[in-house]
Amino acid sequence: MTLDLLTAVTVFVLGILVGFEVISKVPATLHTPLMSGANSIHGIVVIGAMLITATADGPFGYVLAFVAVAFGAMNVVGGYVVTDRMLHMFRAKPTVPSAKGGAS
Amino acid sequence: MTVTETVIRYVFLAAAACLVLGLHLMNSPATARRGNLVSAAAMSVAIVATGVLIAEKGAITTTGWVVLLSGLAVGSLAGLYFARTVAMTAMPQLVSLFNAVGGGAAVLLAVEHLRQADAGHVTAAVSIPAGLDVLIGAVTFTGSLVAAGKLQGLIPGRPLVFPGARLVNAGLGVVFAGSVVWLVLAPLHPAPMLVLAAAALVFGVTMVLPIGGADMPVVISLLNAFTGTAVAMAGFVLGETTLIVAGALVGASGAILTKLMADAMNRSIGNIIVGGFGTGDEQAGPG
Repeated sequence: MTLDLLTAVTVFVLGILVGFEVISKVPATLHTPLMSGANSIHGIVVIGAMLITATADGPFGYVLAFVAVAFGAMNVVGGYVVTDRMLHMFRAKPTVPSAKGGAS
Repeated sequence: MTVTETVIRYVFLAAAACLVLGLHLMNSPATARRGNLVSAAAMSVAIVATGVLIAEKGAITTTGWVVLLSGLAVGSLAGLYFARTVAMTAMPQLVSLFNAVGGGAAVLLAVEHLRQADAGHVTAAVSIPAGLDVLIGAVTFTGSLVAAGKLQGLIPGRPLVFPGARLVNAGLGVVFAGSVVWLVLAPLHPAPMLVLAAAALVFGVTMVLPIGGADMPVVISLLNAFTGTAVAMAGFVLGETTLIVAGALVGASGAILTKLMADAMNRSIGNIIVGGFGTGDEQAGPG
């Protein structure tokens, strides 16, 4: 898919403004989980890696695509699971841990 | 655009909105866990939707599917294993490791996209973001690995300053500028990409080594923001709005978070970055 450059830049600029606004007064104890959460979100790169694999060709291309997909998937799954573990420590009251495991 | 593809585009939009919402919920301890789950669910939906989109287009070969699915499986299992087995105290370095692989994926994506591109189809609107993607992604790759190594104790935590570091960094800056221009002029030639990636990999190391271990969390947060920016650049390369939204979101929120973390430690970001250089006033940004 090709995007109009102006549209893409518009989306980028608005995305940056949203990113600035979405972080407000965060208590210091949540700094590390929030960093980890943001870290998992940029695991979205796995989608790009998947799309690249779909058009890859030749052994070298497949090797690059495989590593890219594996790296991206590791970022996503590991990121969400480790964030969930961090946030689990904040649970003072023992509620039902039904929502266990946060990643696909 | 087929009906299926249109539907998938809207699913991507909903997923991007949920990623923003999830990050916002993580601002407060009461809703943080739910926020992470919302974000994880949105990510899962986006990944499945991408799979459907690829199947719909039908251009992928059987080998492609094998590579795709085995890559997802290997990466997921590795991530799950590390995330479940790591000690609570070792979590920051693990986040740094995940950040490193995210940056690495962004670099490989841009390299492979340009490798696949036909001659004449690569405009500056693709090659410039591709260059920035490789530059920023490669810096975060080695930078995050060094940061993780420092926290893990594999690399001495004290600031490691070597003579001529300033000169090396200045030289790398020149190489960055030169190779990005070269890449725009010759987007299909592998050499400029290799030079750029190699210089950026070295810079990641020379940037983080002089910073003390106590400042590493702030550095990891900064590198996290870098990866977000690299992913947004990857979105420009592929023309994928979802990557642009999520990348810009992490880039900006990561920058704010870095400042908050530095403030909480009574340090300024500039101070931390040039820490090992004494009173140096040079720029250590990503080129």
